[in-house]
Amino acid sequence: MSVTAERLERLPEAASRIGIIDCDIHPYMKTPRDLDPYLSARWRQYLMEYDKFVCGPYAARGTYPRFAPNTCRRDSWPPGGGLPGSDVDFIREQHLDASNIAFGVLEPLLNANIARNHEAAAAFCTAMNEWQKQAFYVPEPRLRASILVPQDDPAEAVKEIEARAGDAAFAQIQLGSKTSEPLGRKRYWPIFAAAQANNLSIGLHIGGTQNSAPSAGGWPQFYMEDHHMLVHSMQNQAASLILEGVFEAFPGLKVVMIEGGFAWVPTLGWRLDNHWKKMRTELPHLKRPPSEYLRSNLWVATQPVEEPENPEDLRQVFEWIGWDRIVYSSDYPHWDYDDPHTAWRIRLSEQEERMILRDNALDVYHFR
Amino acid sequence: MSRHVVATTSEIPPGARKRVTVRGRVIGIFNINGEYFGLFDRCPHQGGSLCGGFITGLVESPEPGDYIYTRRGEILRCPWHGWEFDIRTGHSVTDPDAIRARSYPVEVAQGGEVLERHLVAETVPVSVEENYVVVDV
Repeated sequence: MSVTAERLERLPEAASRIGIIDCDIHPYMKTPRDLDPYLSARWRQYLMEYDKFVCGPYAARGTYPRFAPNTCRRDSWPPGGGLPGSDVDFIREQHLDASNIAFGVLEPLLNANIARNHEAAAAFCTAMNEWQKQAFYVPEPRLRASILVPQDDPAEAVKEIEARAGDAAFAQIQLGSKTSEPLGRKRYWPIFAAAQANNLSIGLHIGGTQNSAPSAGGWPQFYMEDHHMLVHSMQNQAASLILEGVFEAFPGLKVVMIEGGFAWVPTLGWRLDNHWKKMRTELPHLKRPPSEYLRSNLWVATQPVEEPENPEDLRQVFEWIGWDRIVYSSDYPHWDYDDPHTAWRIRLSEQEERMILRDNALDVYHFR
Repeated sequence: MSRHVVATTSEIPPGARKRVTVRGRVIGIFNINGEYFGLFDRCPHQGGSLCGGFITGLVESPEPGDYIYTRRGEILRCPWHGWEFDIRTGHSVTDPDAIRARSYPVEVAQGGEVLERHLVAETVPVSVEENYVVVDV
């Protein structure tokens, strides 16, 4: 019996009682000085003198003008002031309690891990990890932190992973879908080795370094194009991780692809399998057809859910990917937030809903 | 259908909106230059609260390089995904035939008329001097 079929046999439970696991909640700082308590005098001084830690082409703003202020839902600005995602009480009220979230994984997108200055990146990651724990996990244990690592300095990254492993405040290691080189390259393998050894999954979230134009054709004109191309960055990383043999070297490694879309997953498998049948001598380290790694080591997070013209086509996509590979994510408080019950226009059975909203995530994360 | 007094007109000046609950339904009341409109507060997409959205107009373009801004103050965008609705009708801007936010008829009535016609005013105290916003639910 397949994993999926076995899952579907489990006793149903009313969907409304499910404590949902949300793999993507974005925390923000209340003030730009929030990291100060966790930084040495050197790095506090550095921030005062140089102000930002960015990797993109501009120091004072993102690459493209965004669709909504701070890329956030218009109703997510806390009534008491501050940025969306910075006020634990309001996150609790508007999202955790309102949607019955049992655990939410924090995905900071605050550039600490992609600073071009690698020493600075290491210091900022350490500080931001401690900040997540103290500002979010301690007051609200449903919120679990991501271990941010300076990915281009794997030795420092491994140190950070080992320092956090075993701490219940941390649910996973976060990497971005845009990296200096494709993620399957051996320079990143120490990170994967540490992840596997410490039984931590990788949350691969869209975004990251902006070392090159977002499209293979250069710089697009519109935010909408840039926004869409994030999907390609995720697809490229999935192919790289599989084809470079990461999952042969680290068979226990679990990677959740977050916010990169998912309707492309089946066709990526089909195409790679087709190529592999002809060209597998180029990749003798791959023991199995590429699509099998998609089903053993990779998961997809739902948001932003695909919205096909015929809603029922979504069911077909879920079938192709495998019901056990799909985990719920909200992206709260970002403007493209998905509600756990209204995001899909198809009717899910209670078992299907349980798998997506909770059980599949329990295969990936270890909440204590 | 029954008629419910939900606010005084001065509570919802032009450009403003108010979220009211009538017979268990949450409805947004909007004022466009003195005309009042009512929309069911749940976005037909994923259920975002339309009253928490922002009011804008339409940018239209007959051809590249030629842009006009129309319908200022008449288009409501959902606070979640930015879906656009015509406040006057509830119809979606991008797919008006298939998607609409339910709309409710709204009128203005004088205090004397409200009292005379025995309109339902559970939460709003009515006096003869004021004008009131009345919604049909």
